[in-house]
Amino acid sequence: MADVNRGDRPLSPHLSIYRPQLTAITSILTRITGNALLVAAILIVWWFLAAATSPEYFALADAVITSWFGDLVMFLSLWALWYHTLAGIRHLIWDNAKMLDMEIATKLGWAIIAGSILLTLFTVVVI
Amino acid sequence: MVQLALPKNSRITTGKTWPKPEGATNVRSFKIYRWSPDDGQNPRVDTYFIDMDKCGPMVLDALIKIKNEIDPTLTFRRSCREGICGSCAMNIDGINTLACIYGLDEIKGDVKIYPLPHMPVVKDLIPDLTHFYAQHASIMPWLETKTNRPAKEWKQSIEDRKKLDGLYECVMCASCSTSCPSYWWNGDRYLGPAALLHAYRWIIDSRDEATGERLDQLEDPFKLYRCHTIMNCTKTCPKGLNPAKSIAEIKKLMMKRAV
Repeated sequence: MADVNRGDRPLSPHLSIYRPQLTAITSILTRITGNALLVAAILIVWWFLAAATSPEYFALADAVITSWFGDLVMFLSLWALWYHTLAGIRHLIWDNAKMLDMEIATKLGWAIIAGSILLTLFTVVVI
Repeated sequence: MVQLALPKNSRITTGKTWPKPEGATNVRSFKIYRWSPDDGQNPRVDTYFIDMDKCGPMVLDALIKIKNEIDPTLTFRRSCREGICGSCAMNIDGINTLACIYGLDEIKGDVKIYPLPHMPVVKDLIPDLTHFYAQHASIMPWLETKTNRPAKEWKQSIEDRKKLDGLYECVMCASCSTSCPSYWWNGDRYLGPAALLHAYRWIIDSRDEATGERLDQLEDPFKLYRCHTIMNCTKTCPKGLNPAKSIAEIKKLMMKRAV
């Protein structure tokens, strides 16, 4: 951006003034859940590794993961997994340049939010 | 790069509150971003009051009224006042749109007006669009042909002409590009929705003979693929166009070419 900002011009405000949009929120949530799932995956691998190490170490890891806090993390990870999966399917649809009209895209956004919550509750009840 | 906070020289301070009009019963307050290159101060938000019984229906009417009757230093671009020139694009009530075709009745409460987001400010509501225009120029926004020039004109069937509907109407107001978080963080290298919509407009033009070169030029991790289908562009377009769809179509053509 050579020579674009002459005279120490200020940068106009962006995130702080832009009204949140459903499609934007569902988009950033896709990225956040994707990253959070990495942490959840590492936790589960740690659990397995502990099981392969020694009974004492497994007891420790198991206590952490099945504590109320561990339960909460796993519950949210379950939601994140469903959300990220549904958002991924939405991306596959969009990659075919389909369902990109604003009205339908907005409905898709609500669908992945509602769908992820319902599927999470369903999974919790079944398991 | 993602930088959530504004640089030091860009942080907004509380500005002046201008006097209310006398004897008015239907008063509305306008909070407007101000910055002048001349006084060395940070940007501020001024508050103006307008008698709505004596004001036109559009946001631009209010801005012109403020400039005429309250504060002649308020600076903004405007020209056609009917949504065809794209000059008066700004951030109104949290979304980017054209002040001339956005009704004051569409806004609840105070009217908040800022320049287009994440752009260098020249003065008040005027952003510097130099880079934005340069990006548009970079996609070769003209008919590129290789065969001999026909005797009369480059012909196009009615069906092929129809493919340009929803694309040629773009007035380059920059509302879409400056609504896009990807453009905020990577605008130096990502072309943004406006330039990409125009790129697509020439790619699918049946008369154009440089489709391959055009696609080659866009095959780049930043120029095209920083679009993550956030769709702020389509949501905000004051002309009701769909840049997100154009970008998806370009990505699809890239895919088709690769497999």
